[in-house]
Amino acid sequence: MAEEVFFRMREIDKIYPLEGEDVHALKKVSLELEEGDYLSVLGPSGSGKTTLMNIIGCLDTPTSGEYILRGRAVEDLDEEELAALRNREIGFIFQNSQLLPRLTARKNVELPLIYAGFGPKERRERAEAMLERVGLKDRMDHLPTQLSGGQQQRVAIARAMICNPAILLADEPTGALDQKTGAQIMQLFRELNEEKHTVIMITHDLKIASNARRIVHIIDGEITEGGLQDA
Amino acid sequence: MLNAIRKKIVTFREGAGMALDNIRSNRVRSFLTLLGIMIGVMAVITLISTVSGVSGTIASSFTDMGVGTLTVQVTGSDAKTGVTPEDMAVISNLENVDGVVPSVSLNGRVSYGKNVQTGVTVSGKNAYYSDLNKDMIVQGRPLNFIDDDNSSYVCVISQNMIDQFFLGKDPIGETLYVSGLPFTIVGRYKEDSGGGIASIFMGSPDVIIPYTTAMKVNNSNEVTAFTVYLKEGADSAEAKEEIESAMDVLFDFEEDCYKVSSMETIEETMNTMTTMLSSLLAGIASIALLVGGIGIMNMMLTTVTERTTEIGLKKALGAVPGQIQMQFLLESFLLSMIGGLLGVIFGLALSYGLCQALGTHFTLNWGAVALGVGFSAAVGIIFGWAPARKASRLNPIDALRAVT
Repeated sequence: MAEEVFFRMREIDKIYPLEGEDVHALKKVSLELEEGDYLSVLGPSGSGKTTLMNIIGCLDTPTSGEYILRGRAVEDLDEEELAALRNREIGFIFQNSQLLPRLTARKNVELPLIYAGFGPKERRERAEAMLERVGLKDRMDHLPTQLSGGQQQRVAIARAMICNPAILLADEPTGALDQKTGAQIMQLFRELNEEKHTVIMITHDLKIASNARRIVHIIDGEITEGGLQDA
Repeated sequence: MLNAIRKKIVTFREGAGMALDNIRSNRVRSFLTLLGIMIGVMAVITLISTVSGVSGTIASSFTDMGVGTLTVQVTGSDAKTGVTPEDMAVISNLENVDGVVPSVSLNGRVSYGKNVQTGVTVSGKNAYYSDLNKDMIVQGRPLNFIDDDNSSYVCVISQNMIDQFFLGKDPIGETLYVSGLPFTIVGRYKEDSGGGIASIFMGSPDVIIPYTTAMKVNNSNEVTAFTVYLKEGADSAEAKEEIESAMDVLFDFEEDCYKVSSMETIEETMNTMTTMLSSLLAGIASIALLVGGIGIMNMMLTTVTERTTEIGLKKALGAVPGQIQMQFLLESFLLSMIGGLLGVIFGLALSYGLCQALGTHFTLNWGAVALGVGFSAAVGIIFGWAPARKASRLNPIDALRAVT
């Protein structure tokens, strides 16, 4: 049996119809990742990096091309299967953390486990362990509004990791934070990567991007530069 | 398979929890929305319970009154417009018949001294009637067959008449003028308290005089309505036939001269009427429920729009459309059910109060409760369906973009 492909994109195209005209958001994007990689996708706004994130995150499917995530061909999946794949293999971290305001930190972290069908006891145990991992042991029953921006983002990271996904997919994770807090979050990502978590960071900020071990540039829907750099 | 079921249970339970959270966090809006359902269900419960309570009371008093009696209405032929005392003697001698009570009404203008009352019910009855109701006489004597035979100008009067004419006075031996003719009061009777609502329909007379006298006052020697009392254990259908054949002989077999009806037929008519009334009222109440449902739909559509980002996020975290739909459907269902249950509680309280006020017996109508609860469940699901579906079909990318 051949070894399972962890992450491979080949010649991905994404074309949107917009006001009667086709917008070519992604052009022949190819990307390959090993488990435990730390990749930054760097590009200005309008470069197609959000489209790329949506496709990596299985929120959207490519117009053409091949995308394999943990051995599964994403372009063939229907809506339900995509949802299941997002649930298990993708850990989203958004710019403004996107926590549900009426749920406590712990309940927010439990959310993906609900959709995966775990019972309350197991959800609670796993959520508590994860919150402890991101350093929020004593903040579990706080509402998002009772937490600082950095703490909120830590809750979001805990939520992203709760199902032990293939990829942590972060979209400008420090965009809403001050420099010091942002640096702490970056430190957390580095630690997680050292624990063999695969991280993809989408950003327009070279300084943030340079936290990764590898950077690809995306401009006008094309990946123009890639390669390893020193961590 | 097992996993899929477990997933459904977990989403259902968590969905219900979140739905309640959301209902609670929008307290005022939720309350106003469920008010529509509450009022609708309250109306349904109140109308059904009250109408069924009232008609139940009417029906039971009809049955009380109507056991073993048949009513004969005489329209008469050209040759013979009514029945004579001799004809009634024929009827009362029939095998199944115990006795006959004629009913001759005089629309009474009654006076005593300077006190004049109009619209008093004056009824001509016979000695048999006095026998049947002898317990009713509380003072003086009842009318007897001598009064009948002599067409005496005597009367017995009700408590109501005492209140109107003889407050603090002994009425016995006084002269009461009925239609300008002097009647000596010989007795006083109490109203049939058990008659209740039925007596309103049947009319309880205020002044009773011998029917022969009443006929004389009316310038007639025939009776057009009488009640036949059957012997104990007599079969009502058989008695009816017997009476009909006797009446046929009396009217020379001409058609459509009379109508013999039992209380059961009157009761049936009443029941048809109350059923019609109930369904009419239920129809009005369901309009209220419809309006309530539209209110729920409106609120749910607003909620879905407000929570676009939340929906997008949940989808990004792996919620399938069915789970999103379930959550919103649960929300509208629970909202409607809370309204429905409040409506049931208030509706039962209100109908209890109304039954007390109307003096009828309140019975807990489980059918009405089930109808109210079922209606609100259905309204919640039907009117929540479209908004929930809309939520479940939101594209997560658009939904997330709504804020970021």
